[in-house]
Amino acid sequence: MHGTRILDEADRLMTVCNSCRYCEGLCAVFPAMEMRRAFSDGDLNYLANLCHGCGACYVDCQFSPPHEFNVNVPKTLAVARAESYAAYAWPGALSGAFARNGLVISIIAALSMAAFILGFAALNDRNVLFGVHTGPGAFYRLMPHNAMAALFSAAFLYAVLALVMSVRAFWRDIGPPIGGRADGGSIVQAIRDAGELRYLHGGGVGCYNEDDKPTDRRKLYHHLTFYGFILCFGATSVATLYHYLLGREAPYPWWDLPVVLGTLGGIGLIIGPIGLLTAKLRRDPALLDELSYGMDVGFIAMLFLTGLTGMLLLLLRETSAMGPLLALHLGAVFALFITMPYGKFVHGIYRFAALVRYAQERRTAA
Amino acid sequence: MSSKYDVLVIGGGNAALCAAIAARRGGASVLVLEGAPKFYRGGNTRHTRNMRCAHDAATEILTGPYTEEEFWEDLLRVTGGQTDEVLARHMIRESKDILNWIVEQGVRWQPSLGGTLSLGRTNSFFLGGGRAMLNALYLTAERLGVDVEYDAEVTDLVIEDGMFLAARLKRPVKGETEIRATSLVAAAGGFEANIEWLKQYWGEAADNFLIRGTPYNRGSILKMLLDKGVQQVGDPTQCHAVAIDARAPKFDGGIITRHDSVVFGIVVNKHAERFYDEGEDIWPKRYAIWGRLVAAQPDQIAYIIFDSTVVTSFMPTLFPPIAGQTIAELAGKLELDPAALEKTITEFNAAVRPGTFDHTILDDCVTEGITPPKTHWARRIETPPYLAYPVRPGITFTYLGTRVTKEARMLMADGKPSANMFAAGEIMAGNVLGKGYAAGMGMTIGSVFGRIAGREAARHAKN
Repeated sequence: MHGTRILDEADRLMTVCNSCRYCEGLCAVFPAMEMRRAFSDGDLNYLANLCHGCGACYVDCQFSPPHEFNVNVPKTLAVARAESYAAYAWPGALSGAFARNGLVISIIAALSMAAFILGFAALNDRNVLFGVHTGPGAFYRLMPHNAMAALFSAAFLYAVLALVMSVRAFWRDIGPPIGGRADGGSIVQAIRDAGELRYLHGGGVGCYNEDDKPTDRRKLYHHLTFYGFILCFGATSVATLYHYLLGREAPYPWWDLPVVLGTLGGIGLIIGPIGLLTAKLRRDPALLDELSYGMDVGFIAMLFLTGLTGMLLLLLRETSAMGPLLALHLGAVFALFITMPYGKFVHGIYRFAALVRYAQERRTAA
Repeated sequence: MSSKYDVLVIGGGNAALCAAIAARRGGASVLVLEGAPKFYRGGNTRHTRNMRCAHDAATEILTGPYTEEEFWEDLLRVTGGQTDEVLARHMIRESKDILNWIVEQGVRWQPSLGGTLSLGRTNSFFLGGGRAMLNALYLTAERLGVDVEYDAEVTDLVIEDGMFLAARLKRPVKGETEIRATSLVAAAGGFEANIEWLKQYWGEAADNFLIRGTPYNRGSILKMLLDKGVQQVGDPTQCHAVAIDARAPKFDGGIITRHDSVVFGIVVNKHAERFYDEGEDIWPKRYAIWGRLVAAQPDQIAYIIFDSTVVTSFMPTLFPPIAGQTIAELAGKLELDPAALEKTITEFNAAVRPGTFDHTILDDCVTEGITPPKTHWARRIETPPYLAYPVRPGITFTYLGTRVTKEARMLMADGKPSANMFAAGEIMAGNVLGKGYAAGMGMTIGSVFGRIAGREAARHAKN
């Protein structure tokens, strides 16, 4: 018996699946399962995070409901996955509340931060807020650059620390008994598998979401979201280098690298999350982990708001709307950062770790 | 839905869908009547995983050539010559093209699954298994414009002078109706789920059979056809039957209730006596004899008995083995006579000769001086815990069927070919399989004759 009911169910299913193996060619989960005959909590959490939720094994399974064997791997692993986020979160006390109320907490965090920035600015000079500011340093009339950098660096570093602590606990649980250090080849393989979402492909024909037809577009929307996020992160990083190394202050002209990266990324962060949210709303209830709805939607919403406010800021930065938009944008980014370790964001980190582990296992077995 | 079609296909598995797709591609309007609800569509196809096709060279997923001649020799061996050579050779020839044709219908192949390496050269596996294969065929059929009805129970066939005219149909919502069609393809499987019918040949023993597929494989179409003058082929007691876990559900336990551990231990009946050479041949070559062997034992029950040293030698099982620290404790849990089981195992252990164990070949680990002998992989059962799986006959499909020509056209009892009735799949498997089985043959029969039947049915309808 395992620590939780969902792990008991995952164990039952892996026992069924391990005596069948028809789904072996669909993704990484089943080959990883076949390397084992018994499943520890860590094994099951590893398999849960290796699953990309493509849905193919449910549609292809002769034992899925209404069959009495009641095999529903995507949903069971989705629930186990969400519970694993809570189990490994650091500090643990913060995880449960977020899983239940992710959307509300994210929005409150974003609005609070926006209000704080607005208040901060208004306290200095009421006219700054709705004034029209242009030219280098325009953003920093609201809040001095150093204050902004300190605030966001703190939030970012906290997120990184919490994530490192969480993934360390996960890796210890799923890792090999000795050492458990990942080799370079496995990491490169995992970067490729994650980068192209290799296992979000339904075994080749495409994924399933709303019915038994492989017409799902989540892979595309996820690429838009993920690479949009990376481009936006790149834009911020380049701007930081400009600021400190070249002494060039934001805002930058439209053709400059941070703006080009931010614009492309922002477009991805608007279209991608809309697509993902639509897919989630349409998902076959049989496959959906409804308990994680708040967490999933909260993360999608924060990404979308970050993209949307960023793009609006770019379009309206020379008008009097700049002040409030900047405050909102910074609020969204701040909320994104501080909720990262407790929200859906971690799926990427854990799944990457699981892919590294899988690549390692494959290399060892080969 | 129109009530007049060029081709009516009764059945919803591999053979039926191949027929429907081939007929539709041949320009015919096609209706498929599946008696089961949508989830259980496809008869036994939903539980299959591979198909045996001849090929002259290795492919991306097959490790080497498997010639027509070799396929024929395998078929000859497993059936003991009880096959229709003309039909069988025709099927084997056509199977080569099926490897590609079935991919064009959306089915995807993959290399042999973990634990089945011995089939890697001869059998092509469906990516995602049989239900994935079915899903692909249904998607293709629907895209081509084939009409499909589920829960469609055919209550009667109107046949005059070997000519199909119409089928009477009962549907849960839309009520009764009559469907006329120019050609009929019967691809509705065997009668394995019809316990009453099985009892006609097996007597009360059939009550102890477990049925590996859905409860919908009742053979009602086969019965109607035979009653209406179609020529019968095959021995009604012949079927594909394997030993499956006695704890499996009565119906639809599928692949995961099987046991491939026979060669690693001994098999005893309810009197704790051995009854057959467990080491006769490598899994899965003789996998399909154990269903009949257990069916012939008292109460149709047997126990595979082994010890803790071989647990990891075979695939993990759905049901855990029953364990005892002593033979007597195990016997108690199995409700066998402890003294009898101890005697059997003691005698067996004493008869085991030294040898070099290798389960991948016919090794030299044999017994001497006991009957029946164990002619390979004989090792002493002596390391506790002692383990056992209770097994019963698991019936996959029956071989009794309708006789057909190379064109999959049914022959009437008087020897004349039917004008417009074709058959494919398990309902005519007995033409090729008089007895015995080789892995993946059922699907070969289904796809090859399904495609032929569909093509011929459309040709008849369009002329």
